[in-house]
Amino acid sequence: MTGIQAQRFWLPMLVATLLIGLWQWWVTAFDVPQYLVPSPLVVAQTLVNDWALLGSALVVTLKVTFLALVCSVLLGVLIAFAFVQSPWIETAFFPYAVLLQVTPIVAIAPLIIIWVKSPTASLVICATLVALFPIIANTTLGLRSVNRGLQSLFRLNRATRWQTLVRLRIPSALPYFFGGLRISSGLALIGAVVAEFVAGTGGTGTGLAYQILQAGYQLNIPRMFAALVLITGAGVVLFALMGVLSKWALGSWHESETRPFE
Amino acid sequence: MPSSVAPSLLPLKASGQNMAPINTSAVSIQRVEKTYPNGTRALLPVDLNIQRGEFVTLLGPSGCGKSTLLNMVAGLLAPSCGSISISGELPLANAKPRANHQRLSFVFQEATLMPWARVAANVRLPLDLQSVPRAEAEQRVGEALKLVGLDKFADAYPRELSGGMQMRASIARSLVTDPSLLLMDEPFGALDEITRNRLDDELLALWRAKNLTVIFVTHSIHEAVYLSSRVIVMAARPGRVVDEVMISPTIARDEAFRVSTEFAAFAKQLQDALLRASVSIEDALA
Repeated sequence: MTGIQAQRFWLPMLVATLLIGLWQWWVTAFDVPQYLVPSPLVVAQTLVNDWALLGSALVVTLKVTFLALVCSVLLGVLIAFAFVQSPWIETAFFPYAVLLQVTPIVAIAPLIIIWVKSPTASLVICATLVALFPIIANTTLGLRSVNRGLQSLFRLNRATRWQTLVRLRIPSALPYFFGGLRISSGLALIGAVVAEFVAGTGGTGTGLAYQILQAGYQLNIPRMFAALVLITGAGVVLFALMGVLSKWALGSWHESETRPFE
Repeated sequence: MPSSVAPSLLPLKASGQNMAPINTSAVSIQRVEKTYPNGTRALLPVDLNIQRGEFVTLLGPSGCGKSTLLNMVAGLLAPSCGSISISGELPLANAKPRANHQRLSFVFQEATLMPWARVAANVRLPLDLQSVPRAEAEQRVGEALKLVGLDKFADAYPRELSGGMQMRASIARSLVTDPSLLLMDEPFGALDEITRNRLDDELLALWRAKNLTVIFVTHSIHEAVYLSSRVIVMAARPGRVVDEVMISPTIARDEAFRVSTEFAAFAKQLQDALLRASVSIEDALA
């Protein structure tokens, strides 16, 4: 690990340690009751004690998030390909892609839950709707951002449409696509949590949002915090994972992933 | 040329040659002009005949239509009027893609390499697009890279190369298809003078070794004198050809030529032609 990489890891860690320490001190020093703000220590204890419940809820939420992310990547990329095939298609359908983006998921989630029988499917649809737009917008932009000279070179060599797509447009679009993927991964998680809040699915196989709701009703504030920590942690890990993926795909050539001085 | 197309092309070529006298013209440009839909006259009618093995430079200021003319020769841009034929084949406007392989290569203003592909893969691109078998392609890539002195950098990414080396890779890519006609659009414009002079020398060596016909676009008088066998002087607003200067030095084209009185005389001739063109347009405006 080089100096800069080490700094990237330790500096945020230092901030986290300081903040958590401050929090612990504040709760202890001012004797803040647990049902208002639990101390970090109590949250950690709850996380361990309630792991059976929270762990399985985390798995459910992550499952919805991943399915939604996969769906939005597949759909988003397909739609972007359609958009760049003809300006007509894009002009006709782009406003609806924007519509998708600006409609609050909280407002349409109840409808989707009524229409779709399977609870998991309805949650995945909601989260996909939230995560889809950045993929469409970025991939479309990427597929269009092709170097003009290279485009001429392909024409001069009488490249077919397919050759141009595979050898030129797709590689050119990758950096933009990965930018979209990072945003979408976070949105998929938010979509999954929000949709579950609205759905409020009971019984077995419930996710973290449901645990937060339940804990709220029971005034089990430490468990609320523990569930929140899990959601945030999952989001950070997901973001980092997309970063690794992007680095793996672009690391050898793209400016965003290469260090300036070697 | 791939051997698979040769049998179908050969009889055509033979019969063509029987009908017409043996043609040494590589490019024939007849009354070619370009007017954009908004009415801008990018290029007034041009007549130009380029013989095989010539090194012709289009010299002029920005907006004189030199790149436009080059793009029309390449078939990247359609002329508004007139016709361009290459090696006696059908005019480009009528030619169907893939039907005839004009053995023509284009070198752009920038190196235009694919940043995601290694140098070897970049150079191999034209062969890949024409579905040349991998083994044969690899061999030709190796030869092309050796020709430009980049054989040690086959596995490097473009960003790891200097500007001059990137341009060399771009030239290797243009030579890998074994073209007879090389079109170059201000290829060394973005390079420093020292690198530029060296690449000029290398280009002259390649031109002689490969018996190429070159059309070279530049706005540098010195580069035009150093490289060309003939310079077409162009002027802007509207873009047009104003003069033609043969460059036939009595001494070899080397570093000594660059500082010789002969070189200076040719340079002055070109400079005067450019000045006359700009003065005459100012007179017209006054």
